[in-house]
Amino acid sequence: MIELRYPFTETAVRALRAGDVVRVSGRVCTGRDRFHKFLADGGTCPVDLRDGALFHCGPVAVPEGDGWRIAAAGPTTSIREEPYEAATIERLGLRVLIGKGGMGADTLEACRRFGCVYLQAVGGAAALTAQRIKRVIGVHFLQAFGATEACWEWEVEGLEAVVGMDAHGEDLFARVREASAARLEALGKEEA
Amino acid sequence: MKQTITDQLADLIRLNTSSLPDDIERALTTAREEASSPAEAQVLDALLENARLARDGATPVCQDTGTLTFFFSVPPRTDVDALRKAAEDAIVRATANGWLRRNTIDTLTGASIDTNVLPGEMPVCHFRTDPAAKTVTVSLIQKGGGSENMSRQFSLPDTTLGAGRDLDGVRRCLLRAAWEAQGYGCAPGILGVCIGGDRAEGYLVAKEQLLRPLDDHSPTPDLSSLEHRVLREANSLGIGPMGLGGRTTLLGVKIAARLRLPASYFVTVAYCCWACRRHTATLETEGGVS
Repeated sequence: MIELRYPFTETAVRALRAGDVVRVSGRVCTGRDRFHKFLADGGTCPVDLRDGALFHCGPVAVPEGDGWRIAAAGPTTSIREEPYEAATIERLGLRVLIGKGGMGADTLEACRRFGCVYLQAVGGAAALTAQRIKRVIGVHFLQAFGATEACWEWEVEGLEAVVGMDAHGEDLFARVREASAARLEALGKEEA
Repeated sequence: MKQTITDQLADLIRLNTSSLPDDIERALTTAREEASSPAEAQVLDALLENARLARDGATPVCQDTGTLTFFFSVPPRTDVDALRKAAEDAIVRATANGWLRRNTIDTLTGASIDTNVLPGEMPVCHFRTDPAAKTVTVSLIQKGGGSENMSRQFSLPDTTLGAGRDLDGVRRCLLRAAWEAQGYGCAPGILGVCIGGDRAEGYLVAKEQLLRPLDDHSPTPDLSSLEHRVLREANSLGIGPMGLGGRTTLLGVKIAARLRLPASYFVTVAYCCWACRRHTATLETEGGVS
């Protein structure tokens, strides 16, 4: 188990290899469909994400007192952000992406070029992930995007994930996809 | 004090959103015992721990609390509008309590509908009259967007899949759907399948198959053997939990057939993630809803 803590350094990120199991701690920000489109349309990111982590996540957030309680949280399917992510990594100086299902060739290349990794969090494990969120630091675009799509700033501790795409061009998901495609073809040749 | 129908439906939502069905949890436990790599074991351990935490804390199993789809089976002359209203009120309450995410978007404006309710439209309610029924039975399924995006409809013949208008063609479609889902729909998944019907009927019947317990099999021998074969073959693809590789890619395959037009042969697949949240309840209606 490898510990990663914000601010994430280029050295720490480039030391990771696809398949490594990690635990992320420190500041993590969420951003999903609306957030990526907003940036692509020329919007300004409300938080400094240099050497930071962006989590593809829409939480169940419940107002409580002056703040918020995160009742459930977990990754959403990352591939929807593929058209935007390479430019986002470069522009914001991201070091860590957290999501599910993996991303495409442009993101993989941006990870290699700029020193970033893609982490697979456990999809749907919302109660477990919520336990790792220790504090809500702030929330941006709450009115504009709604609570699910808003940009949440969290302090997390020990968020478990697997390195799906590393900064050396290795992509665990592509490996699985290719091997399963070969098997699918073999099954297609089997008798009815 | 007697519970109102709204109270009972709110209880059902709270149970459904926070408790993985027993058969799903058992299947994940078996998958964990058979895990072939540390990554597969780690993912399944997390899913099982998550199931326990969600149940104990009555918090959502998954943050995508899904489209709430109710299947009501009602006695003749039941006031279904009253049931729909009760379901809407229960959802408003469940959302305010944090059992459901603010999960509904106005498609044209992009605005969040924070109550998750639009009277008459959301939630999705299906009603079926059962002449023999004395009470209202309701099944609730919460299926999230990640898995919904992996649902597919094929029209046979499909030359790219080498799929003709027979059960081997259906088999090819189902394996293709399991392959396309990879880790995007939160594998290990369940395939609810309808062969035949028109396009709309196909998606409805396919989704309804997800209500069947995992150990249930089709009463039609040909479909039952196809269910077993596709499950076995899909689990040889090596996609594994979350698409990270491994032995368990699907937990179940449930197939039904419907009549079709001579010109059409649809194979419709409702792909559900491992968090297949479904429960059934019988409502106390004090002499009926009419």
